[in-house]
Amino acid sequence: MIYLDNAATTVRKPPAVAEAVLSALGSFGNSGRGAYGEALDAGRCIYETRLLLGELFHCPAERVCFAPNSTAALNTAIAGLFAPGDHVISTDWEHNSVLRPLYRFRSQGGAVDFLPADRQGRLDWDALPFLLRREETKAVVCTHASNLTGDAVDLRRVGEFCRTHGLLLVVDASQTAGLLPIDMEEMGIDVLCFTGHKSLMGPQGTGGLCVGPGVEVRPLLTGGTGVQSYRETQPEEYPTRLEAGTLNGHGIAGLRAALRFRRELGRETILARELGLARRFYEQVRDIPGIRFYGDCEARERAPIVTLNLGDADSGAVADALWEGCQIAVRPGAHCAPRLHRALGTEEQGAVRFSWSWYSTEEETDAAAAALRALAEA
Amino acid sequence: MERREWLLITFAATTTAMAMERLCWERGLPGRLIPVPGSLRAGCGLCWRAPVESRAALEALVTEEHLAVDGIYVRTM
Repeated sequence: MIYLDNAATTVRKPPAVAEAVLSALGSFGNSGRGAYGEALDAGRCIYETRLLLGELFHCPAERVCFAPNSTAALNTAIAGLFAPGDHVISTDWEHNSVLRPLYRFRSQGGAVDFLPADRQGRLDWDALPFLLRREETKAVVCTHASNLTGDAVDLRRVGEFCRTHGLLLVVDASQTAGLLPIDMEEMGIDVLCFTGHKSLMGPQGTGGLCVGPGVEVRPLLTGGTGVQSYRETQPEEYPTRLEAGTLNGHGIAGLRAALRFRRELGRETILARELGLARRFYEQVRDIPGIRFYGDCEARERAPIVTLNLGDADSGAVADALWEGCQIAVRPGAHCAPRLHRALGTEEQGAVRFSWSWYSTEEETDAAAAALRALAEA
Repeated sequence: MERREWLLITFAATTTAMAMERLCWERGLPGRLIPVPGSLRAGCGLCWRAPVESRAALEALVTEEHLAVDGIYVRTM
């Protein structure tokens, strides 16, 4: 099997990830629920994982709040930052994990404007100031890179805009955490939402939100925390404020192993390899007659994704032929990014997405390119 | 059970307790995490118990690292 759907989840993980999860399953108590060895071991592991994430994103460890995934983190951020009457700016690149919480916010009395994408899927960032609404605009909520095309947002530029206009910046880093440079402090990111199971190569069920200093997010969930038991309301201190209930300590143990692995290799090394493979694939298939690419596959800073269609062939049929004929796993159809599909005109056809990870190989990449060419010529 | 005086440092959040433990280990400072005695009001269920003689060093650490401490007590236990 050739797995090229790493933007959905990384199937191959560093071996230490599974070992860590298995070990934790047989040894962890509940963090913060006792002072005996097993509970403290869980607490130590979770704390070290916060430190590693804080180092990666330039965020204080105590403001790294765990959640089951990016979607939960984004729901928490959007529901916890804004109120009826507020206005938020977002983009046509967003995944439903951003769009649906924003649509719900809108249905509850909020206002949202989206920076539009053109037929090539490009966002016109120069138009951003025209979306500002005096006092009402509170934030820009945007992805770091489109899950559909892999194109990246220049967060420094958006952060500068937000600083100038006193807006919060909430970023969905689902496709870029651990790959593209993210410095919350330098880029002016107020809330960074991430998932553990994609580019970070940790287990599913891990992720979270990093909340910058001075940013107040109301908790979406309330409940047991192991601390301040006699309060009627959720504790105010981060990360407890946003972590009601038992944390996924077993999964976080796996995430810690993945983060250690990534730190040892270095972000730049990983990015260069993954982008190199994506580019290698693109170079081999770019001249296939009738092929159409979505996004700028030649950009230097982007997610390792190549998305395309073959003529007017249904993307599902292409993906199915690749799987049935060659055991190549890719993602077809709609990619939970409806606004960008509409802009690209791929609502009916969908699109075929190839995406790479650290464990993808040159041989797999070449085989996928050859298979796609053969399919196009058949 | 022999009783003696201990320094107890309480925290608002478990994360701070874990940070305290890690920093003490790194710097070779004495103590360990124990359950907060019922007589103390504390946010977190864990507190740092250490010999009273280490108070100055531990207070310096708390200040230097900006650890969110609920209280510092001396209790016989």
